[in-house]
Amino acid sequence: MEDFPWLSLLIALPLVGAVVVGLLPGAKEALVKQTALGVSLLVGVLTVVMALGFDPDGARFQFTEKYWWIKQFGVHWAVGVDGVALVLVLLSVILVPLVILASWTADGRSGGVDVPAKRSVKTYFALLLALEAMMIGVFAATDVFVFYVFFEAMLIPVYFLIGSYGGAQRSYAAVKFLLYSLFGGLLMLVAVLWLVKLSNEHLGHGTFLFEELRTIKDVDPTTAKWLFLGFFIAFAIKAPMVPVHTWLPDAAAQAPAGALVLIVGVLDKVGTYGMLRFCLELFPGASAWAAPVVIAFAVLSIVYGAVLAIGQVDLKRLVAYTSVSHFGFIVLGIFAMTSAAQSGAALYMVNHGFSTGALFLIVGFLIVRRRSAKISDFGGVQKVAPVLAGTFLVAGLSGLSLPGLAPFVSEFMVLTGTFSRYEVAAIVATSGIVLAAVYILWTYQRTMGGPAVEKVQGMADLTAREKWAVAPIIAIIVVMGFFPQPVLNVINPSVKVTLERVGHPQDPAPKIGTVAENGARP
Amino acid sequence: MKAEGVQALAWLLIALPLAGAAVLLLGGRRTDRWGHLLGTALSLGAFAVGAAMFVQMLGYGGEERRRTLHLWEFLQAGSLKVDADLLVDPLSISFVLLITGVGSLIHIYSVGYMAHDPDRRRFFAYLNLFVAAMLLLVLGGNYVMTFIGWEGVGLASYLLIGFWQHKPTAATAAKKAFVVNRVGDFGFVVALMLMFATFGTFGFEQILGTGAEHVGAASKLSTGTATAIGLMLLVGACGKSAQLPLQSWLLDAMEGPTPVSALIHAATMVTAGVYLIVRSAPIFEMSETAQLVVTIVGAVTLLAGAIIGCGKDDIKKALAGSTMSQIGYMVLAAGLGPAGYAIAIAHLIAHGFFKAGLFLGAGSVMHAMNDDVNMRHYGALRGVMKITWATFGLGYLAIIGVPPFSGYFTKDGIIEAAFAHDGATGMVLGGCALLGAAITAFYMSRVMFMTFYGAKRWEEGVHPHESPKVMTVPLMVLAIGSIGAGAFLMLGGFSDFLAPVVGEPEEHHGFNPFAPAGLAALVLVAAGVAVAWRQYGARPVPVEAPAGSFVTVAARKDLYGDALNESLLMRPGQWLTRLAVWFDNRGVDGAVNGLAAGIGGSSGRVRRVQTGFVRSYALSMFFGAAVIVAALLVVNV
Repeated sequence: MEDFPWLSLLIALPLVGAVVVGLLPGAKEALVKQTALGVSLLVGVLTVVMALGFDPDGARFQFTEKYWWIKQFGVHWAVGVDGVALVLVLLSVILVPLVILASWTADGRSGGVDVPAKRSVKTYFALLLALEAMMIGVFAATDVFVFYVFFEAMLIPVYFLIGSYGGAQRSYAAVKFLLYSLFGGLLMLVAVLWLVKLSNEHLGHGTFLFEELRTIKDVDPTTAKWLFLGFFIAFAIKAPMVPVHTWLPDAAAQAPAGALVLIVGVLDKVGTYGMLRFCLELFPGASAWAAPVVIAFAVLSIVYGAVLAIGQVDLKRLVAYTSVSHFGFIVLGIFAMTSAAQSGAALYMVNHGFSTGALFLIVGFLIVRRRSAKISDFGGVQKVAPVLAGTFLVAGLSGLSLPGLAPFVSEFMVLTGTFSRYEVAAIVATSGIVLAAVYILWTYQRTMGGPAVEKVQGMADLTAREKWAVAPIIAIIVVMGFFPQPVLNVINPSVKVTLERVGHPQDPAPKIGTVAENGARP
Repeated sequence: MKAEGVQALAWLLIALPLAGAAVLLLGGRRTDRWGHLLGTALSLGAFAVGAAMFVQMLGYGGEERRRTLHLWEFLQAGSLKVDADLLVDPLSISFVLLITGVGSLIHIYSVGYMAHDPDRRRFFAYLNLFVAAMLLLVLGGNYVMTFIGWEGVGLASYLLIGFWQHKPTAATAAKKAFVVNRVGDFGFVVALMLMFATFGTFGFEQILGTGAEHVGAASKLSTGTATAIGLMLLVGACGKSAQLPLQSWLLDAMEGPTPVSALIHAATMVTAGVYLIVRSAPIFEMSETAQLVVTIVGAVTLLAGAIIGCGKDDIKKALAGSTMSQIGYMVLAAGLGPAGYAIAIAHLIAHGFFKAGLFLGAGSVMHAMNDDVNMRHYGALRGVMKITWATFGLGYLAIIGVPPFSGYFTKDGIIEAAFAHDGATGMVLGGCALLGAAITAFYMSRVMFMTFYGAKRWEEGVHPHESPKVMTVPLMVLAIGSIGAGAFLMLGGFSDFLAPVVGEPEEHHGFNPFAPAGLAALVLVAAGVAVAWRQYGARPVPVEAPAGSFVTVAARKDLYGDALNESLLMRPGQWLTRLAVWFDNRGVDGAVNGLAAGIGGSSGRVRRVQTGFVRSYALSMFFGAAVIVAALLVVNV
């Protein structure tokens, strides 16, 4: 089993699935949906089987494969996962089948008002599967060029998911998304090409292999800073961080809810994952140089995103802005450079994926029922659809990091880990917990509380299929809220390597520490 | 020391009610028929486990009464390590008995009180959830476990205040309670971060030591750090315990069903702040400033709550003001240092009994009056609801501090301890506590006279009747507590029992019934009752509230707490939000769009429409990227 090409298989399988779904007769919608679900479930099961073979104490990258791809340019087809990548791959493959299940009848109609009446159902599911392949690929790539290819290729299915299946302003939002991403991608491309030049100079051969590139020492600091920026800005756009976040609310408002789960829950994590993996490890000096400013922007994102979320009138835009705030926490944790904060940030990526995924799915259910995403069009849903309201509340509470639910653990780790290095940043970031309570509970009050408004009366509660789509996510959120350590055991060794690389093998020591000897009371 | 025997089953205390909540919530309508019974049984089960643990503890000597139970490794990354640990010691077991004992009584009462509510099962699920979270709060072996319970009870409180979500007032009150509590939790989280940076751990044992003999790391705190941690913990305590300036949510919280007001917003959850301060005693003792602020918060709140209690015609809100005020007494005592810890907790337990009794009594009255809460529509209920009248009356005698009832012992203890504090501070604090006792006597007598005495002022169609047994039996049990709890605790050596946790009081003054402060309190209490009798007993009570003096108006408006919050926080917050939304749409996105339009303006409209997207977003991204680069350069050059 050691040499079994797990990751290549996991990338190829959904791609093949996408082609198969695309070739099926469009009239047989049920067959299309069953095939898509079947493929994604198979990918999920295989990934879990693979993950069970992962040894946290073993080599950093496991399930590695390396073949020449374009030998002239030094490009390998190289894949492999460390702890952080593994949990993100798991996040992706768990969410995809649930999204497919949730989109069963929606086929994009959860995009909001004025959604195109009839679009190809099979293309929608084929795009979801293609996206799954890209997501696995981008996290599994250990060759920077392969990473770049997946990073850009992901845009294609997302562009069509927003542009063809979105709401009234879909093409506006899709173009905005595409241009933002292309701009960042372009900067990254320049940096990637420059990297291979560096490898020629320092290693004697051109290579894109991450494990080789990270060994390059003595890069001219100015060059390193420019390269860092090339990667960082691309990742900051993807994440998205203030001030390059404005594509997300528009994309969120227009995209169908199912696609949004993957865009915000998984795709955006590529940004923060990229910072952790590439910015920090390839340019440790430049990362240390940039850290204070990045932390300032991260804190700005936390507060600004939360304040903006409070002011939204559209459910999907609201959830999008809460994510801007949460991504601020992730970036904060990555650049605070302590084990607690960085492991917390990695865990945060997973937790946020589930938490926001659940929120978007449930918001999608609401929109399909009411044919509106406006908060003011709802009211009193709790009375008519208690299960729907209950799941919304649980997902919302995870969004405000309630202890007992998974996101609390990661947020707490990020905050305490940050505080020992950046006190003020951590304290300002903590105000996010108050703002989160406002944006979640005020939304719950306005949509679910009060007497049922006329248009909400008769609203159906969750169907069995919808329950099955949401229940696994909620179960994961609860279990990981009480037992986060198994996941942390997988994440911690990778974070340790990263911190050693950036020159922070030790966390700041506590000021007093615990008293070992037992003295008398003073 | 490791927990053994029954104490090793301490996790059951939390697991039983938690399982109840899970079954009732996930089971849905299928559990409607027996859900309330299961919930009550599991709460009683937790009480049985707690009682057995208590008996086992009594078999140990002083220091051995502190037992830890390691459950699992909660989280670890680098030097950050948090275990799921429980700590069974005299302080936590006192709370366990209060929570499960009073909690079970309130479960039983609710079987009757909520009998006609279609969502009774959900109500019991939330009650069970509350009991589980509250037990975790007091049993947690480190500050993180306590915090998890702390926010857990906040959730239960939110769910139960908003139990009748379809009432907009309930939905608003629930949200308000949670948000204000989160402001307090902000303080708690900052305290946690400070602790980790200072001690590298959250463990009670490591930070606070293990009682009188072994000191913890807190003893090495610098005054500045101790003040910072202490004040941040106090902010947390203020939120949870409705102390100024975070008091405003408690009065609105009365939107919840009355058993909730009794259990969560009187007897247990709102006293969590007192628990936190007493538990963290070794930290507070390192900073006189922090202790002083604690006493000031307590003294101000005990007066503010009492004044608010005087102005309310809504029986539950009058009692809520009273709760604020009584917790103010506890906080005041907790800030006095070793002289006050045991009395604070004794008053907390005594209060748990009589205030739960008073609230449940109020619920019984409301039950009889078709859920009318306005005391101006009550009167002369003594005749028709004998049990409610008698039990409520005993609670009344306990809270105003008539000897030999419960509150007499504990509240007098606090007043005397305050006067015994050094210098002018002691005189001022003691004076506040004395004055508070007089006002308490006034407003509680007002409630008593307006409800049970005088002429009938019942609305048409109201036919008051005594509540069923399932409700009156818990009232009677709580009334026994109102009679005896105070004397039992203060004369029965409660401070010795707590000594392994909070240390011995420096000077051990036994209970002195002839202390000058105590005698003064009795005189003032009598005066308070007399004034109330003159106004509400001897004269007919108008059905419509009179205009009232300036003080009355202020008290009716919660001393303008909401007005203050609104003008200082809510309005500016709303403006900030609007401004930010405008800025994000027009500023960040729009400035660039405008710039693009300006540059492209000369090229004619048609082209701008076609290429506007591309140009404006290219520019907008460039703009954003430039901001990041500029910031890096400015900071790092």
